[in-house]
Amino acid sequence: MSVLIYAESAEGKFKKSIFEAVSYARAVADQTNTNLVALSIGDVNTSELISLGKYGVEKVLNVSNEKLKNFVNQAYASVIAEAAKKEGADIVILSNSFSGRGLTPRIGVKLQAGIADGAVDLPEQKDGKFSVKKTAFSGKAFAVVELTSANKVISLTPNSYKVIEKGGTAVVEAFNAEVKETDFKAMIKEIVRSADKVSLPDAEIVVSGGRGLKSPENWAMLEELADLLGAALACSKPVSDAGWRPHSEHVGQTGIAVSPNLYIAVGISGAIQHLAGVSSSKVIVVINKDADAPFFKVADYGIVGDAFEVVPKLITAIKEYKASA
Amino acid sequence: MKVLVCISNVPDTTTKITFTDNNTQFNTSGVQFILNPYDEIALARAIELTDGGNGSVTVINVGESDTEPTIRKALAIGAADAIRVNAKPHDALFVACQVAEYIKAHPFDLILTGRESIDYNGSKVAGMLGELLDLPSVSIIKKLDINGDKATVEREIEGGKEVLTVPLPFVAGTAEGVAEPKIPNMRGIMSARTKPLQVIEPVEVKTFSEITGYKAPEPRGQVKLVPAEDPAKLVDLLHAEAKVI
Repeated sequence: MSVLIYAESAEGKFKKSIFEAVSYARAVADQTNTNLVALSIGDVNTSELISLGKYGVEKVLNVSNEKLKNFVNQAYASVIAEAAKKEGADIVILSNSFSGRGLTPRIGVKLQAGIADGAVDLPEQKDGKFSVKKTAFSGKAFAVVELTSANKVISLTPNSYKVIEKGGTAVVEAFNAEVKETDFKAMIKEIVRSADKVSLPDAEIVVSGGRGLKSPENWAMLEELADLLGAALACSKPVSDAGWRPHSEHVGQTGIAVSPNLYIAVGISGAIQHLAGVSSSKVIVVINKDADAPFFKVADYGIVGDAFEVVPKLITAIKEYKASA
Repeated sequence: MKVLVCISNVPDTTTKITFTDNNTQFNTSGVQFILNPYDEIALARAIELTDGGNGSVTVINVGESDTEPTIRKALAIGAADAIRVNAKPHDALFVACQVAEYIKAHPFDLILTGRESIDYNGSKVAGMLGELLDLPSVSIIKKLDINGDKATVEREIEGGKEVLTVPLPFVAGTAEGVAEPKIPNMRGIMSARTKPLQVIEPVEVKTFSEITGYKAPEPRGQVKLVPAEDPAKLVDLLHAEAKVI
């Protein structure tokens, strides 16, 4: 028995959400005193692979295969399931990333495993029962799901578990997976990734704008604020519906759910659908000129005032803070 | 082209979520159920792709008879016919196995689901269907075009997108951007009443997950207001008190 963590990489690097998932997987392995094995697919160099040891990985299986260089959902799922079988891993853990969401169900079916998707906490193992707390109702609640199968698959919500450095190095082993030709039907034509932008689901700080900003040109000040804080930009549904901002920035019940350390909402009234998507944020700041905006009821800090006056002042204050820090 | 759209019956987005029986049951009292918003997008795109005699759209739902208003809505929007598998949707695997069983007997060129249902947010059915039917699956797509026997899809990734070509048939989970949801017109609503809605019995499935309880998010304390003239005070609080910057 062991725990297998799929260490997803992008452009040869692991992201913070993977270190979170590895730290989580280490804690899951510790619950039953078992080994933690990581699996990496694609072009990740050895020193990066060894660095997973810092977070408690004992062994890294490295798949370096030209055909598997880019993500192919079906083929990657096969490789991960193969690795789990070979290692006798009864728990497979992934990050609930966009790719993770495609892999998790396929691996679950392959391994005849119950799935806890979007986990937000460590499993509770008690009286032979294995239960995991996960997001439900798009952030309006949590559900506790009991996995009743011998094999289990868990995908971890980004920003819901701390990165824990334990020190240590991992042993890297080559892993040659047999993947059938029919797993490669879907072909990547193009990958577009803006390197300078913080990815919204992974962001530790999110700066979000609503209809109160009146027009898309007014996003310049939010962009400046986000840049200063190293934050990702987000928006409410009316804003993306109006085409002011791309759908990929829409946070809320029918958009993306986020759980950053800090969510700053500017000119967003706080409709229940929007609140659902941000309720897991650790700290919420609301800037709105309407003192009765429902968002203030779920905020930690608030400023009642005109965004066009408050935000420039806030930018100045942050610059001063950064200069003095 | 024959397109199958898998639809879920979910609580309206404005619903305040509460629980009963010592937090083990979702309280459906007074809750309006709707067609899952992401499934509406899938359905809208399926109708666009089959427009003008270019095929037909079938919707399938796993649910008891109370989901029929939602199924009729899908028919009113433009699906040609509907299947209801007469069972409570126990979990994603149960649902995927029922739908896969139907597809094995009635092949489709394209199978769409919403990227996730807004109740359990699993985004699992598309991938499970792919695995059960040995077909490619693409989760969370933002764009879908068909050219002959191939599709071009855009998939959301962190900080960007991936463009893929996928041969038909395949399974995809749709998100915003794929299509604008369609509002049924009066003719659609009238014709939906007489469109075929076939009820079939479920196959037996061994499931591996059980929801044993629910928890509400931790309530937040009273909001601390900072004067509008003094955002520097906010920066202080975020640094010294909240420790987030």
